[in-house]
Amino acid sequence: MSGYDRALSVFSPDGHVFQVEYAMEAVKRGTCAVGVKGKDVVVLGCEKRSALKLQDTRITPSKIATVDNHAVLAFAGLNADARILIDKARVEAQSHRLTVEDPVSIEYITKYIAGVQQRYTQSGGVRPFGISTLVVGFDPNDTVPRLYQTEPSGIYSAWKANAIGRSSKTVREFLERNHQEDMDREQTIQLTIKSLLEVVQTGAKNIEVAIMSPNQELEMLPEDQIESYVKSIETEKQEEAAKKKTGRGGTTTAAILTRGSGT
Amino acid sequence: MTQHRAALRLRLASSSSRHSSSTRPVTLFLPSSSSSSSPSSPLHLSAKRIIDYVLLGITGKDFVLMAASKAAMRGPTILKAEDDKTRQLNKHNLMIYSGEAGDTVQFAEYINANISLYSMRNDSELRPEAVANFVRSELARSLRSRNAYSVNLLLGGVDPISEKPHLYWMDYLASLAPVPYAAHGYAQYYCLSTLDKHHHPDITLEQGLKLLTMCTDELKRRLPIDYKGVLVKVVTKDGVKVLDFDNDRIVKSA
Repeated sequence: MSGYDRALSVFSPDGHVFQVEYAMEAVKRGTCAVGVKGKDVVVLGCEKRSALKLQDTRITPSKIATVDNHAVLAFAGLNADARILIDKARVEAQSHRLTVEDPVSIEYITKYIAGVQQRYTQSGGVRPFGISTLVVGFDPNDTVPRLYQTEPSGIYSAWKANAIGRSSKTVREFLERNHQEDMDREQTIQLTIKSLLEVVQTGAKNIEVAIMSPNQELEMLPEDQIESYVKSIETEKQEEAAKKKTGRGGTTTAAILTRGSGT
Repeated sequence: MTQHRAALRLRLASSSSRHSSSTRPVTLFLPSSSSSSSPSSPLHLSAKRIIDYVLLGITGKDFVLMAASKAAMRGPTILKAEDDKTRQLNKHNLMIYSGEAGDTVQFAEYINANISLYSMRNDSELRPEAVANFVRSELARSLRSRNAYSVNLLLGGVDPISEKPHLYWMDYLASLAPVPYAAHGYAQYYCLSTLDKHHHPDITLEQGLKLLTMCTDELKRRLPIDYKGVLVKVVTKDGVKVLDFDNDRIVKSA
């Protein structure tokens, strides 16, 4: 132990703030979340931990939360930290409406969330939020989809498509290879689920998908629809794999072809 | 939770204290200045100008009909003839209000923000009964502060599960009553007797509108104030809708 990771607001001699870096490590251990922008749609996908036998899944909180009617947030990292941050964002969203009679813009609320996260890296007696967030939605009276990311350090950035959490690097690389400009709703949902399947082994029951369209409330994709998306993606992958190794054994028994298999 | 509500309230308090600091000297002109100095006394409210607008609410089989006059007045002057004194709190709840100018909108927006926040936090809507009790408690708390809101209001809503309509009457002293039909201000004197005689809990929307027309006709006939017609909205299980209402009917006095 160097001792420079004991107090939060202390630099190490080579310029690191260790607590913040540990927080980023906590994010990497959290379940994966993906955000993808289409032409006039933005989709969030989340890896969901599989529920235990006796757990009541209906009332177990989701990783996707509404901040306001037009702004939605997904996170990766410590669930309990996220709850606090989400609540602060919700209060700010309503407060903003109350003071300036306008809903928040997506950039504004992202900046606010990042601001709160930054504050917790520079004050005494607190620890940083162990979460990264993806904030998506549409600005008031606007049809341009928005996607932002925030990090424990307080950095925020805008993206066309991005992933956070466990194996986010794999997913981000997948998105870099497969993202196109001006995708329609179907394509965007497909890309989201496809990218998540790179790291989620268990398929539809461990994925949740949320869709935002202009002037509409958040739409959670029903499980049976996710299931059918997953199925079609899997058969597509199998066909591709079969094409590659023609003649040998026909269809292999690999039910779920994942990482690197088709690409 | 209360802590966060306090955070929201804080914003409001800072803006409203600015507003009221200019009006507070009015309390000096109260008849009994000794009692008015006590902050717990609601007497200081009497110095406020509660303007009587027409507010009406009628429940029926599966709806609540709400009507609020369209005039914005200051003293004897009409400032605006298309004023909207209604506010939709969530999908199935509508509030109509009258009272001290400024207080009304300020209070309505504050309530609106907190009820939206509740929906956001809990992923569900407050039912009419819960809305009414929340509004009452906020108004009651404000009443015991140095600068209380002087707002009279009616709350109409439909329970999305039982699909039953609910109407609540509330005045600026924060007394709350669930009622089948309601009126505020001068409208009470002219409309309650009509409503007493003709209202029935099972009426259809059409019958409700007919009943409302009877009320506004009576107001036109008897009330010596031009309230510039009423804005009529209806709450059903499908949400809140504005209804076309003929405000130009000519009514001859008896």
